[in-house]
Amino acid sequence: MDYAVQAIGIVNRFGRQLVHKDVNLEVETGEIFCIVGGSGAGKSLLLRTILGLLKPAAGRVLLEGRDITGMSAAQLRAVKASYGVTFQNGALFSSLTVLQNVQLPMLEYLNLDSQLLDQLALFKLELVGLPPDAARKYPSQLSGGMIKRVALARALALDPRLLFLDEPTAGLDPVSAAALDELLVYLQRELKLTVVMITHDLDTIFRVANHVGMLVDGSLISDTLEGIVQNRQPWIRAYFHGERAKQRRGRHGTGS
Amino acid sequence: MYLQAQRDHSRLDLRLEGQWRSHELQQVDAALDAVDLTGLKTLHCRAEAAEFDLSGAWLLHNFLARVRGAGISAEFDGTPPASLALVERTLSGFPDQALQEMPLHSLLDPGAAVEGLGRRVVNSWWRLYSALDFAGRLAVAAGNASVHLRRLHPISVARHVYETGVTAIPIASLIAFLISVILAFMGAQQLLKFGADIFVVDLVTIGQLRELGVLLTAIIVAGRSGSAFAAELGAMQLNEEIDALRAMGVEPIEVLVLPRVLGLVIALPLLTVIADIIGLVGGGLLCHVLLHMPLAQYLNRVQESIAPTTFWVGLLKAPVFAVLIAISGCWCGLRVRGSSRDLGTKTTAAVVLAIFMVLLADALFAVLFMELDI
Repeated sequence: MDYAVQAIGIVNRFGRQLVHKDVNLEVETGEIFCIVGGSGAGKSLLLRTILGLLKPAAGRVLLEGRDITGMSAAQLRAVKASYGVTFQNGALFSSLTVLQNVQLPMLEYLNLDSQLLDQLALFKLELVGLPPDAARKYPSQLSGGMIKRVALARALALDPRLLFLDEPTAGLDPVSAAALDELLVYLQRELKLTVVMITHDLDTIFRVANHVGMLVDGSLISDTLEGIVQNRQPWIRAYFHGERAKQRRGRHGTGS
Repeated sequence: MYLQAQRDHSRLDLRLEGQWRSHELQQVDAALDAVDLTGLKTLHCRAEAAEFDLSGAWLLHNFLARVRGAGISAEFDGTPPASLALVERTLSGFPDQALQEMPLHSLLDPGAAVEGLGRRVVNSWWRLYSALDFAGRLAVAAGNASVHLRRLHPISVARHVYETGVTAIPIASLIAFLISVILAFMGAQQLLKFGADIFVVDLVTIGQLRELGVLLTAIIVAGRSGSAFAAELGAMQLNEEIDALRAMGVEPIEVLVLPRVLGLVIALPLLTVIADIIGLVGGGLLCHVLLHMPLAQYLNRVQESIAPTTFWVGLLKAPVFAVLIAISGCWCGLRVRGSSRDLGTKTTAAVVLAIFMVLLADALFAVLFMELDI
C-alpha cells in the first residue's frame, strides 16, 4: 500500500504526563483521514509531531516515504514545501494583508514576478470562496470564518500534495462549512490530494472521511468510517452514538 | 519544454507536456507568452502528456481566455486536464475584468497626505480625550474603592507590589550604586582642582536624595513595569478577556488598573528608599577609595549637608511618578486593538509616554520646590 503519512510508535510526554503512549497512523495517498478525540487527547500535539515541528520522545514519522524524525533542518525544509497546513485559529500573520499572507510561501519557495504572484494569490483566494476585495484587508478586519478560509488559501499556496487541517470548520456557519467540505472532496478527487484533518464536526466526518482515527488513552484506533461507527470501544460508541451523532448519521445514510 | 507548437497556416497545434506546477510557473508563463497568436483562427490543445496542479491549470485557463478574447477558437483534442474544470468553476463567479483592474497596493497620493495629516490631528484630540476619560474613570474607581475597602483587591495589590517592587530591587540597587559612583567620580575630578573635595559628599548626598535616586528608579520601573502593564492588558484585550469582564458586570478599571496603580504607588517609594541607601553607600565607598576619606568623616559630612527636607523632597515625588507610570502603561494596554502588531506599538508607546511623563513631572516639581524655597 502507498502511504502518504505514516507514524510508527509515536510517544510524547510532558514531564510525567504521557500524552501519546503508542500512536500508529497510516494515511493512504489520496484519501481524507479525520483525526478525532476528546479535548486534551493530544490531537494537535500529534499533528505538530507529524509536521516535524515537535520531535517525539520515541517513534518515527514518514511523509511520502521519507523519515522526517531524523532529518536535518535543510532536508526538512524541502519536505515542508510539499505540504500545506492550517492551524486552529488561522495563525495569519497580523502585520500582513490577506494577499501578502497567501503570497508569503510563494515568495519563499517560488520564483515569480510580482504581477503573476498577485494574480495567482487572488486565484487561490477565490478558490476558497473569498471575494477579491478581501485581499487588501488585514486579518484583524476579518470574521472568524474568513480567517479560516484565508488560512486554507495560504495552505494551498504551493499546491501541496498533502494538506493538514486543524479544525477547519470550527466556527464556520453550516453553509460555509458545507462549501469547505465540498472543496476538500473536490481537491481530493481531482488533484489526488491527501488530507489529514483534526475535526469535531460530525457533519464533515460523515461527508468527507475515508478513514477515521480516534485518539483514546494515548493511542490511535483507526478504521474506515463504517468500521469505526460500529466499534465497541465505550468512548467511540459515545462519540458516534450520542444524540447529536444519531441525527447526523440518519441524514448521511451511514452507520449501523 | 512545456509546449510544442505546430503551425499550419491559421491553425496551431499545441502539445502541452512536462510539469505545469507552481514550482515552474514562471517558466511556463514565459513559454505561453512566446506563443505567436497573430493571424490565427483555431487552436488545438493536447494536454495528456503534461501534469497539472492548480496553479498550472490556472495559467492554462488564463492563456485560453486570452486566446478566445482575441477571437480565436480554442479546443482540446482529447480530454482537458481535470484541474482545469475546477479552475473554470471557481472563476465562473468572478468577472475577469474586476480582477485585473483592482488596485492591490495603494500608491502615493497627495490627497492622502493631507487626509493623513487631518486624521493625525483629530486622532491626537481623541487620544487626549481618551486619556482624560481614563484618568477620570480611575479616580471614580479609586473613590468607590476607598469607601468599600474590599474593592481595593488587596491580594491583587500585594501581587503587584511584589512584581513591580520586590523583583526590581536588584536592578534598582545596581543602578543607584553606579549613578552615585559616577556622580562622586565626576565631582571629585572637578572639585579636587579647588581643594574642595569635601563637597563631593554634598554633591552625592543631595543629588542622590533629591533627584537621581527617585528619578532613575522611576525610569527603571517605567521600562520594566510600564511595559509589562501594557503588554499584559493588551494581550487580555486581544484575547477578549476585557470584554468578558465587562460582560460580567465587572469594571476592568477597578479590578485590573486600580490594583496596578496602588501596587506601584506602594512599591516605588520603597524602592526609592533602597536606592537612596545604596546610593549613599556607593558615594561613601568612592570617597573612601578615591579621596581617602575616613568613613566617620563621610557620615558626618552627610549629616551636615542635608536639610530636614532633602530626603522627603525626593520621596514625595515617588508616588506621583508611580501613578503616572501605571496610568501610562494601563491606558496604552487597554487601547490595543485588533492585532499583535498593535500590541507591540502600544507597549513601546507606554514606555515612552511613562518616561516622558516622569521627566515632565520632575521638571514641574523642580520649579515648584524652587518657588517654595525648599
